[in-house]
Parts: sequence; C-alpha cells; structure tokens
Amino acid sequence: MKTPNIVPHIARQFTAATVLGGFRRWMLLALCLGASVANAQTPAPLRWAGDAEGGAPYLLPNPKNPREIIGFEIDLMEALARNLGRKSVFVQNQWDGLVPGLQRGNYDLVVNGLEITDDRKQQVNFSLPYYVCGEQLSVRADETAIQSLADLRGKVVGTLKASLAQRILEREGGIEIRSYENQNNPYDDLAIGRLRAVLMDWPIAIYYSKPNPKLKFVGETIGRMEYGIALRKTDTALLRQVNEALLALIKAGELQRIYDKWGIGNPETTALFVQIAPELQTAMPAPSATPSQMLADFSRNITTQLTWQQRLQRWRIYLPPLLLQGAPMTLLISLLGMAVAVALGLVLALIYLYAPQPLSWLARAYVELFRGTPLLIQLYLIFYGLPNVGIRLSPLTAAVIGLGLNYAAYEAENYRAGIQAIPRGQMEAALSLGMTRAQALRHVIVPQALRLVIPPVTNDFIALFKDSSIVSVITMVELTKVYGQLAATYYDYIGVGLLAAAIYFLMGLPFVRLARWAEKRLATDKRISTTAKRRWLGVGAKPA
Amino acid sequence: MSAISVSHLGKRFDDHEALRDISFDVEVSELTAIIGPSGCGKSTLLRCLNGLELFDRGRVRLGQITLEMNDNGQRELQTQLRHLREEVGMVFQSFNLFPHLTVLENAVLAPMVVKKQARSVAEEKARALLAKVGLRERMDYYPSQLSGGQQQRAAIARALTMEPKVMLYDEPTSALDPSLVGEVLGIMRQLDDEGMTQVVVTHEMRFAREVADKVLVLHDGELIEADAPEVIFSAPKDERTRAFLQSIL
Ligand SMILES: Nc1ncnc2c1ncn2[C@@H]1O[C@H](COP(=O)(O)OP(=O)(O)OP(=O)(O)O)[C@@H](O)[C@H]1O
Ligand SMILES: [Mg+2]
Repeated sequence: MKTPNIVPHIARQFTAATVLGGFRRWMLLALCLGASVANAQTPAPLRWAGDAEGGAPYLLPNPKNPREIIGFEIDLMEALARNLGRKSVFVQNQWDGLVPGLQRGNYDLVVNGLEITDDRKQQVNFSLPYYVCGEQLSVRADETAIQSLADLRGKVVGTLKASLAQRILEREGGIEIRSYENQNNPYDDLAIGRLRAVLMDWPIAIYYSKPNPKLKFVGETIGRMEYGIALRKTDTALLRQVNEALLALIKAGELQRIYDKWGIGNPETTALFVQIAPELQTAMPAPSATPSQMLADFSRNITTQLTWQQRLQRWRIYLPPLLLQGAPMTLLISLLGMAVAVALGLVLALIYLYAPQPLSWLARAYVELFRGTPLLIQLYLIFYGLPNVGIRLSPLTAAVIGLGLNYAAYEAENYRAGIQAIPRGQMEAALSLGMTRAQALRHVIVPQALRLVIPPVTNDFIALFKDSSIVSVITMVELTKVYGQLAATYYDYIGVGLLAAAIYFLMGLPFVRLARWAEKRLATDKRISTTAKRRWLGVGAKPA
Repeated sequence: MSAISVSHLGKRFDDHEALRDISFDVEVSELTAIIGPSGCGKSTLLRCLNGLELFDRGRVRLGQITLEMNDNGQRELQTQLRHLREEVGMVFQSFNLFPHLTVLENAVLAPMVVKKQARSVAEEKARALLAKVGLRERMDYYPSQLSGGQQQRAAIARALTMEPKVMLYDEPTSALDPSLVGEVLGIMRQLDDEGMTQVVVTHEMRFAREVADKVLVLHDGELIEADAPEVIFSAPKDERTRAFLQSIL
C-alpha cells in the first residue's frame, strides 16, 4: 500500500535545500510555492486533507514507521482515487482549519470523520455518506453510578470539540462538559480521574477505550451521524465523480472490506449501504468474523507497558531523527520571521519617533494593534481571510509574514527605547557637524541603538522561535506538530515532550551565544570587561 | 565685515525670558569670551549661533548666511540651518564623541557623509588634524579609552575637519580635571594664533583675560557689558559685572 508522508511536499522541499542558500532565494522559493504545488503531471492528483494527530482509526502515523500515515480513510481514498484513475495525495491540516483550508483551495476534499450537518452544508457540499455510527459512552471499569446518559447530570464528561457527542451532552443539560481537540487525551483523563465519563464517536471508542482495561463501555451507542466527504460548493463536477466512485466502491463491497480490515464495520453502515444500493440486500457479504489485525496491533501498542530500557532505547535512537524532521522548518520560519520583524520594527520606530503627524500616529496604531491582538487570530486572518480579497499566500509565506508582522510591533518598541536612550548630545553633535537629521540617525543614533537592543531582541527571537509552533494552525508541519503526532502515536507525552523541548533548547542556544558575542564585540565601552565581582565592588569600567 | 553679527536677539522658554534684545558683533580672527553667572543664558546664546536653538526675535548673520525667524517654510529653514552649521564648528562641555566609532572614524564621518569626500581624502586630513591636537598615537582608540582632555581634543579636531569659519565652545573645560584644562586651552590658543574666529563660553577667567579680544558679560538674559578684557576685568562699568567677578575670583 502506498502511503503518504507526514511531512507534506512543501516542508520536504524546504528541508532538503540548504539554509545557506541565501535569504533572497528563500523568499523567491516561498513566493513560488503556490505555483509549484499546482505543477504536476496529468491526471492531476486528488488532493485531500485530514488531521493525523492521534486520529485512529481515521488517520494516524503508523507506529511501526511514523513517517507513514495509515487509517481507514487512507484506504478509502486510495480506493476512491484508483476508481477515478487519479493519485491520492494526503495533506496534513489542523482539524479546526480543514474547512477553511478547503475554501481557500489548499486541497480539493476533506475526509476526516466530518459529520454531515446542516451548518456545514451552508459552507460546503457533501458526498454520499460513507460511514454511519453513533456516540459511545465510556466510564472507568469500577464505575457503578453511571448506566446511561441520564446519570451524567452534574458530572464532568469529556468529548470532542464541535461534535455530535458535544451536542448530545449539551441537549441533555446539567452536565459539565470538557471539550478536547484530540481523541486520546479524554480517555487518559478518564483513566486518571479528571473525568467521570467520555462520550465519543463509536470508532474512536473502539480504538482508544475498548482496549484499555481501566475503562469500560456502558449502554448502546447514542444518536446517529453520517460521515461525508466535503467539497467546495463550486466543484460540482468533482462531487458527481466522487459520488459515482463511492457508489461503485459500495456496490463492489470494497468499503465494507476496508471497515472490516479496521474492525469498525457496524449494522448502521451496512443498513446505509443497502439503502443507497438496494440490490445489495441479497448480495451483501456477512460482516467478517475474523478479528481486525489493525485493531489488534493498535491495542497492543497502546496497552503494552514498555520496560524502562525499551523506553530509553526509543528516546535515544528511534525518536530523535523523527522529531528532527520538524526542526528545519521551525528554524526556517523563525529566522525569516525575525528578519521581517527586525527590519519592519526599525522602520516603525523611526516613523513613530521622527515622521510627521499622520504617519507617526499610524506607526503607533500599528504597534498597539499587533501587540494587542492574538497572534493566532492574525495568522487565521492572513491565511484564511486574505484569500477573500484575492491574496493567496503559501503556508510558509503566511507563517513568515504573520510572525514577522506581529513581532515587528515588539521590535519597534525595543528600537524606540534604544533610540531614546541615546543621549541628546549625540544628535546635537551630529547636526552641528552639518549632518541632516536622517544622516545623523543613519550613522550615529541607530548604530548605537542597535547595540543597546541586542539583549531584548535576542529575547524576542527566542520567544518567536517557540511561538513558531503556532503556525501548525495554518497547515505547517514543524517541530511541535511532529511532537504532537509522535506523542499521540506512542502514547508517550513525557518522553517525546522532553525530547522536543531539548531540541528547541539546543537549537536556540547558538543564537543566544551569537548574540552574547556580538554584544561584547560591539560594546561601545571598550575598556577591559568587568567581572561580576568588579561590578559588585563598583570598580573598573563605568557604564558607557 | 564682521564674522558674526547678532542683532536684537530674543528668546523665551515658556514663561522664562532667556535672552533679551542681545546685539553684538564678532570680528574675523578674534576670540570672544562669554561670561556670566550660571543660568544667565550663555549656552542658549551660543546654541542660537548654530541653530541648535531657534530664537523668537532678532537676527543672526554668519558670513553670508542670515538666520531670521520670519515665516520661512520649515524646509527652507532646515536647509539654511544646515548651510549655517557647515560654516560653524561646535565643541560641547560633555565632548559628545560618537562612542561606537574610533577617534579617526569620528573625525572622518562628517566629511564623508556631508561633504561626500573619499575616505582616503578625509583620513589624510583627519590624521593631520588629530596629530595637531596631539592624538597621533590615539587615532584608533575608542572614546571610552581616552582621558577627558584627550576626548575634548579629539572633539575639537573632529569639528575642524569640516573646515569651519567659526568655532563655538560651550564650557569646553568644565568637565575636565584641572590638570587637563591646560592642554585644551592650549589648542584654542594655537587656533587663535592661526587666525580662527572663536566664541567661547567659559569660567576660565585667566584664559579669557589673556587670550580674548573681547569679553561679553551676560546677566539674566541681558548683555550687560561688552568690552576688551582689560576693561572688563580691571574697570568694569556695570555694577553687576563687578559683583559677578568678585563672586568667582
Ligand atoms: N530647553 C529649555 N527649556 C526651558 N528652559 C530652558 C531650556 N534651556 C535653558 N533653559 C533656561 O534658560 C536659562 C538659560 O539657560 P542656559 O543653559 O543658557 O544657561 P547658562 O548660562 O549656560 O548656565 P550654565 O553656566 O549653568 O551652563 C536657564 O534659566 C535655563 O533654566
Ligand atoms: Mg551652559
């Protein structure tokens, strides 16, 4: 089976090239990205998106080889694409951003357990349903007080954000609902007692709750929902093709075989298939009796207790190279983002301090606006909002611009403080020598201010470096996203987390050292450096 | 024609009248000393001469350039100020050397940036001037590595690289250790011998008496006496001049 890579096309293209390639080339490449994605052989591949972070059985990194994404939806889309004579290309995207990403044309389909709801139908078209299920209630194995939905009143119950399960819990009323972004974390919290119960889509419960001896199912599934493939409203031809292909797969029994392989076949789905294709009434193969190999493997993987030795082995040898896949992207985004911030910040500070009224006011407003609003919302606006006015940026460009614009506000304030800290006599001396104000700034004031602001700017660079993890919301796969995928795959949040933290720390270290070195080298007070002891005693170099 | 001509100069800071109706001339090649008690307006007057301070009334003429605070456009005023400053060198009490540049770089910056001189040309000139003020061995030092006297001499050399017609000094030796005062005054004496026109705000009465061609006495923003040093120091006409000199001698 051909499986896609978890680092998408875009990321790979960048990590392969060398960072020494020069700033200009990077910017050019970044700008060309949109074009290079579209540039492919005929027939065009079928590009579809989902979120593979801990998403069994839908989409998940293969525990045996986390570079591969597996899942019943991968199998479904492989079969569907084959039927259409096209190639299936999976695009990783944060769950929240799946529909917006579709709208802005990052891919053509969304396939990720997306429930067909009236709300969503306002925004997108749905294919025929390809799967039906209800919500399954899970509790701790020793739980006796909870037999049904009605017993949840006044209890803390976990579920998936914006799901049918959440709506059911809300309708029931009086339940303290905890919404999760991720499907494995609620079961962990249930096992350790943070939650009294968890209500989730049945296939999720089959994978994450059933194998766990600390948990048990209570009652039958509740409610009914249909998963559909989402398409843009305008793609009606593609919708027809997808529906025809789905129908063919259903009639050929291929979908049923995929669900059996993953151990998620159920009577509701069988009934749906018969309803769609009545001729199946008699021809329908009986649900397979052999237990699913995929489900058995997955269960073993999440329930087996590793020895410390095995764990150390995994941390030392297996995980670092996987995590490091995300590192170059983090580094690239941070460096480019900071370059934008440092340049724009200086311009803003100079405008604020020296430009005439309306301009100066605008610079001030820029700083307040970008400092005072969440980076996350700014990124969403740039990536998902700008296409509405015809500006479509590639994810990398959007990430760099988003981080750059935001941090420019902070850098502007650093520069402003730096410039204002330069004694007035410096400007007066420069003017007295016949320089214009601009010349004085360029040759006398700014060079001194830049030296002063090295420490706070370094500080911001380290902060930006870590903030860069936020760009996973606009489909970038960088270090933190890889961490999330691996941690969910191996059920090891501590080990993988410490490793990822260590990588961040080690990547930041050279820049910190570089800044210290520059600070020392460029210091305007050139006398012998003062040791802490001399400083304490107040002897040696006086402050410049 | 006199080098500088100041007529009816007036300047106020909010409610404080810093300069009142001041008029005087400075002749070419002369050294003029400005004295007076603290806060009487000496610095303000000097800064009006090179446009670091704008005045409210009156007129300052420096060579061919006349500065008047009529309603010229901002832009016109700025160019006028720049031309004026190219003609006038200024030396500050606190030196104001550029700390991120070496002494030599301090001295070549303005010729290169303002006069667009080639580095080689600017350096040759700067080296000669730095040697003249006794800093031949210190050209590649940073200001923080120099003594106060050396810094002030470097600042004078820096101002001279622009080949000014007039040099202004605002208490050039007040921040210096008494033992270093002599080396700075020595240079000003030498420039005087070479025929430089200089205006010096100072508290060094002995220097004013020996070197100045003319002494201006300011009191509370008013020019109360302007005369040869022998007259000012031996037989001042104004009672306030006598009181001031008594208080410091
Ligand atoms: N920028 C300013 N704003 C308000 N008042 C000012 C300003 N600069 C100077 N002054 C006031 O104008 C008066 C003259 O100041 P100036 O600095 O010219 O005095 P000075 O004669 O140089 O004194 P010193 O000998 O102490 O240097 C003082 O009363 C001072 O407080
Ligand atoms: Mg003064």
